[in-house]
Amino acid sequence: MVFPGSNCDADCYRAVESFGVDVRYVWYQDRDLGGHDLVILPGGFSYGDYLRAGAIARFSPIMDEVVEFAEAGGLVLGICNGFQILLECGLLPGAMLTNAVPRFRCERVHLRVENALTPFTRLCRPGQVLSMPIAHATGNYYADDATLDHLERSGRVVFRYVNREGVAAPEANPNGSCRSIAGITNERGNVLGMMPHPERACEAVLGGTDGRLVFASAFDFLSGGGKLG
Amino acid sequence: MDVRRRGGQQAVRFKAQVTVTLKQSILDPQGSAVKRALHAMSHDNVLDVRIGKHIELVLESSDRESARREIQDIADKLLANPVIENFSLDVTELDEAGGGAG
Repeated sequence: MVFPGSNCDADCYRAVESFGVDVRYVWYQDRDLGGHDLVILPGGFSYGDYLRAGAIARFSPIMDEVVEFAEAGGLVLGICNGFQILLECGLLPGAMLTNAVPRFRCERVHLRVENALTPFTRLCRPGQVLSMPIAHATGNYYADDATLDHLERSGRVVFRYVNREGVAAPEANPNGSCRSIAGITNERGNVLGMMPHPERACEAVLGGTDGRLVFASAFDFLSGGGKLG
Repeated sequence: MDVRRRGGQQAVRFKAQVTVTLKQSILDPQGSAVKRALHAMSHDNVLDVRIGKHIELVLESSDRESARREIQDIADKLLANPVIENFSLDVTELDEAGGGAG
């Protein structure tokens, strides 16, 4: 997906292309997803983050198709601004606030895989610690306690910010997110939103390849390896 | 009064002012930063700062009540995010002199 202001679309394209699969940009004013198996909402600043991050992109013509695709069980991955759009359109619960220390943070973080059974993490080990970059000023995940409890109980917290040793210490939480949450899925598990950028961690020359696990898991799932319950 | 025809009905022009604020239960990092700056400026008596948004809309509608309903709907769907924000609105009829329409 390309919205006005997306800036990680080319990174996502390159990452996906490196797996040798067919990949195509879909423009925000299109009304057809073109029969693809995985939809990626990339990072960036759609509509300049006017009003709230993701608030306006959510009403783009293509988003009706994305919601329909997701509700039919199609795989949707929202990264950074893509995560914010998924929250705004209600495919995922909660909202994003300004970082607890209100500045843009661009650095590598460590994530712990909290659920290795999702279509996006099935090639990870439970509890595996991954290294990926973040780059955002509005990544402070918020939901009320009842929603957070529900997410935790149903295994929908997929990634948590941790330190190098895999401990979810407060100082390892880069933005103040509730319960150090870095990524969540919807109830069926086919929609994942995450603030860190797996597409920027797909080549050794960029400092790491842990991000490949997210894409490889999705392709493994799609190639018949798994079915959603 | 600025009266027009809209869909065969008389339409009046209204100005709506929508104020969007973070819910009290939500920490406001921008407000906290501004408060710290004020304290650094010796305004130690400032106890709290909360930052919100002020949005003005001019619209045509058949009457004030339907204008209000429409803006309520707009605020619910787009201007505010009900997970983290509240909003209040104020609707005034614009007179012929165009007061405030610009």
